[in-house]
Order: sequence, then C-alpha cells, then structure tokens
Amino acid sequence: MFNITQWSLKHWLAAALLVFFALFPLSGDLFYTSLLNRMIVMAIAVASLNLILGYGGMISLGHAAFIGIGAYSVGIPAYYDIYNGWLHLALALIGCGLFAFVTGAISLRTRGVHFIMITMAFSQMAFFAFVSIEEYGGDDGLVVNGRSEFFPFGDIENNVTLYYVSFIVLVAVLYLVYRLVNSRFGGVIQGAKANERRMRAIGHNTYKYQLTCYVISGMMCGLAGALMANFSNFISPDMMGWVRSGELIFMVILGGSGTLFGPLFGTGLYLLLEEFLSRSALYTFVTENIAFLNDAQPWVYWQLPFGILLILVVLYARGGVDGFLSRWGSKNG
Amino acid sequence: MAEPILRCSELRKHFGGIVATDAVSIDVAEGEIHAVIGPNGAGKTTLITQLSGEMFSDSGRVQFRGRDVTRLPAHRRSMLGLARSFQITSIFLDMTVLTNVSLAVQAHRGHSFRFWKRTDTDAELVEPAMAALTQVGLAERAGSLASALSHGEQRQLEIAMALATEPALLLLDEPMAGMGREESAGMVETLKKLRGEKTMLLIEHDMDAVFALADRITVLVYGKVVATGTVDEIRANDDVKRAYLGEEGA
Ligand SMILES: Nc1ncnc2c1ncn2[C@@H]1O[C@H](COP(=O)(O)OP(=O)(O)O)[C@@H](O)[C@H]1O
Ligand SMILES: [Mg+2]
Repeated sequence: MFNITQWSLKHWLAAALLVFFALFPLSGDLFYTSLLNRMIVMAIAVASLNLILGYGGMISLGHAAFIGIGAYSVGIPAYYDIYNGWLHLALALIGCGLFAFVTGAISLRTRGVHFIMITMAFSQMAFFAFVSIEEYGGDDGLVVNGRSEFFPFGDIENNVTLYYVSFIVLVAVLYLVYRLVNSRFGGVIQGAKANERRMRAIGHNTYKYQLTCYVISGMMCGLAGALMANFSNFISPDMMGWVRSGELIFMVILGGSGTLFGPLFGTGLYLLLEEFLSRSALYTFVTENIAFLNDAQPWVYWQLPFGILLILVVLYARGGVDGFLSRWGSKNG
Repeated sequence: MAEPILRCSELRKHFGGIVATDAVSIDVAEGEIHAVIGPNGAGKTTLITQLSGEMFSDSGRVQFRGRDVTRLPAHRRSMLGLARSFQITSIFLDMTVLTNVSLAVQAHRGHSFRFWKRTDTDAELVEPAMAALTQVGLAERAGSLASALSHGEQRQLEIAMALATEPALLLLDEPMAGMGREESAGMVETLKKLRGEKTMLLIEHDMDAVFALADRITVLVYGKVVATGTVDEIRANDDVKRAYLGEEGA
C-alpha cells in the first residue's frame, strides 16, 4: 500500500485524484471547488457504506438515514443559535451510533432481501420522524444559519476552510477503512460476507462483529451528514429518503464495491455525470419537449441514462471502475 | 471405561415429514477414530450439524467433555474444542489459502475487536496457520487463492481449517467426497498421521478408508443406529450386511 514500487494503475489514479483534490482550491475557481467539496463529502458517506456493503456484504438500503441524522445534529442546534462544532460532532456521532446500534441489532438478525427491506424501513421511519417535526421545518427543511465553530481552532465559515476540513476527514476515513479491513476485525467482517456458516463453524460469533461494523459505518456516515449540513446551509428530510440510499449503493457499485478507492472513483464519476448530464442537450431537450415531465424534479431526467449506465456496469464492468482499472492495468502493465 | 469425550443421546431431527435422525445415541471415546457409515440420506450430515451446533435437535442431548452443550450455538462449541469439516467444500474461495486457515486460528486467539494491526504479517496467526497447512501438505500453496486449488487440495484445506482451531474432537463429513483414488490415499495418510493425536468422528463412504482408519464403527440407516462395534464386529454383523454392506455389493 505505502510501498510505491508495488503501485498499480488504480493506486496512481487514486493518488492523483487525492492530490488534485488537495490542490484544486488554489485555482480560486469557486464553482468547481464547491462541486469538489460536495464530491468529497459524498465520498465519505460512500466509503462508510462500502465498509458494510462492499467488505461486509450487508446491503443496506437505509444508509442515507445517517446522513440525515448527522445533518440535523448540526441543523437543530444551529436553529437555537448553538454553533459549537464539538457539540455538533458529538451529537452526530452519538446519534448515528445509537441509531445504528438499535436498528443494526434488529436488522442483522435477517439476511439477504429481508436485510435490505428492514434497513430501508428503519430509514423511512427516520425520514417520517423528521417530516413530522414542524418545529424544524417538517418536509420543507431547515436553513442552517451559521456553520460549526471549533473552539479554539476557529470556524469553517470560509468555504476553503470547510473544503479542507472535509478533505482531511475523507483521507482519515479512507485510512481508517484501510486499517480496519486488514485487521483481525476486518478479517471477521470479510469472512462473514464470504461464508458465514464456515465462520461460525470455526468459532467466530459473526453477529457482534457485524453489529460493531454497522455502528462504525453509521458514525462515519454521520460525519458526512454533519459536513453536508455545513456545506449546503440547508437540510431537509429528503437527504435521508431511500432514493438517496439507493444513490449511495449506486456509487459504491460504480466505483467497485469492497475496494479501498472504489468510493473515490464511484462518487467522482457519479457526480461528474450528474453535473454534465443534467446540463446536457438531452436534459434540455427532455425538459422542453416532454410536457408531463416539466413538473418533475430535475433528477428524474438524468436518472434515465444513469439507470442504463448502472445496468451496463453490473453486466459488463464487474468490479466497477476499480475492477476496470485493475484489468486494464494488468493488461498494459 | 473412561468418560467419553462426546456423548449424544436420543438425538432426533425431522424436516417436515422426513425423520433425518431418529433417537441417535453415540459415544465417542477419547483418542479413537469412530466411523459413522450408512447409505445416502441416512442422516449422517444431519447428525454432524446437530453435534456441531449449527442446527438444534428436536430432542435429545449432546455432552462434550463432560459438559452439556445441547443449547450451545456452533461458535461456542468450537471454542470448547469441537471442529467440523464439510461434505460440500466450504472455504473462503476469494481469499488465500493462508488467510483461510489464519481466520480459523484467529477465532481461538482471543476476541477479534482488534482494529489496527495487520493480520497477514501477524506471527501469532501466521505461524499456527502454516503449521496446520504443513500437517495436510499444503504449505507450498499458502499464497495461492483457495479457488485456484484442485478439488483434492481444497478437501485438504477443509481439514487444515478444522485443525487450526486446535480441536479435541474432529467431526469429518466425508473428507474423501469427490476424490480420485490417489487423492483419497493422500487423505487417508493425512488422517492416519492425526490418529492418536485427535479424536475423530469420521463419516465416510469409502469402505476401504473406513476399515483402514476406524477403531469403531456406527451404522446409521434411515436415521436410526442399527449397529455399533469394532471393525470386526461390524464386518460380521448380519443386519449390517443386509442393510448396508449388502447394498454396496460388498
Ligand atoms: N436442511 C434440510 N431440509 C430438508 N431436508 C433435509 C435437510 N437436510 C437433510 N434433509 C433430509 O434429511 C435426510 C438425511 O439427509 P443427510 O443428513 O444429508 O443424509 P446423509 O448425509 O447421510 O446422506 C435426507 O432425506 C435429506 O433429504
Ligand atoms: Mg451427507
């Protein structure tokens, strides 16, 4: 990993991408700095989902709930003019950790399609819980008036500061995932994905490790949510709808599930495509010519080419971008 | 007679209308190789899953090393020294041979809430794993993917994973399943070397292997024990000849 002589194409690309992220704000381009910041925050959420889904085989269709809980951990205190970032952080981590512990303890008693459904059901419960709280805007959402302040380091009011805080969190999360998956803990998680029955037969109590992994993943995603609230200055229950959870899964698969850098590749490609497809000629054509779509949310249009793309990735590019780079790298290396 | 290492009494399991095991009682003495034979569908694999704890019995009791383990799940029984191998190879195909075995070692080296240190260079795991691989003659293949092994090698890996848990009793479910003549001979050699060191409950179809290895034999037919005895007693038993050996044309 840190032995540069053994790097393959994907390692170089991931490194280049990280260096690009690290240097980009120096260009002074605010529009693209903002797009990259969103990418970075999403990549944190996707990396956290990749930990349970890619490495652990726990296919959650409710992961966006953690983004929402993390976001409201910033938004609700800010509503009362409490901008203490440490408090926001603690709320996000504890809130997501508790939610993950309770829902995970129940969900992990099921497998396969039942696990998918039950995680989705829990996230929908969180969604409707926030919709029903009128005080915090209900389904209209909540404007976050100021960003977190991290005494004595200062605040993240400046967009470039927020950008670099997000970037550092992303790098830390990727490094944490890297350590986890190569540790004994990670061995149990991956073993349980590959062959749970055998794991139990050789003496592993897989349940408690899976639950721990689920909690770690939820807390990581809470960080992404807290950053997201700071970044967008507006939060709403829509952030935790199951469609959002589906997008996270999409990004995991697109990048290459169960790979270290897959979340980076998947999120990057997804958001770039979203950005360009939503401004493409196709988009304009559809919005202007198909009357019944005029009232729909913008994401409806570019979801169509996206659906086709996902089908192609699943059918022809197994292992996503990471898998593609591995094959391409070994063919040409 | 000393307390048997494993004693199961009146074990029963049914699937819908099928009674897979019916009041099965077996004692396995410390140090012996106890074979269980019987035609396909006799309930041998079901018995193993009941003994290993993957499936709870409808009724009956399992005692292991003087302790009642009837309600203990599989991973807890593994901790007490009970290991099984699978008739249908059950390994981690996408992992290396070494990782397959080191995961088994790991389960018996304290808890796995260790989040930081790499496992692939952890001598506490790698050394015992290599020792288990050496016992089955797979040390050279340690770095290969498990999926790249031949069928015979995968069967040996099955045994190595069970051995790596340092069990007091091995439950082996048809270790020679699907093997050619030469591979079977290799497996007999592996098991012979373990004789005396490990107690084994051996399920096997290959009668040559059973007669070469077993100290005692239990015959299971339609879920019921029809005979238990030494190799010679079983060979001479008329019921067994009719019910089972006859069927095989032996
Ligand atoms: N999980 C199961 N569900 C339903 N029936 C089963 C199951 N496992 C085994 N059986 C049935 O129980 C009987 C005994 O099977 P098994 O224990 O596999 O026999 P053996 O290993 O001796 O060939 C068979 O009739 C089989 O079809
Ligand atoms: Mg069987």
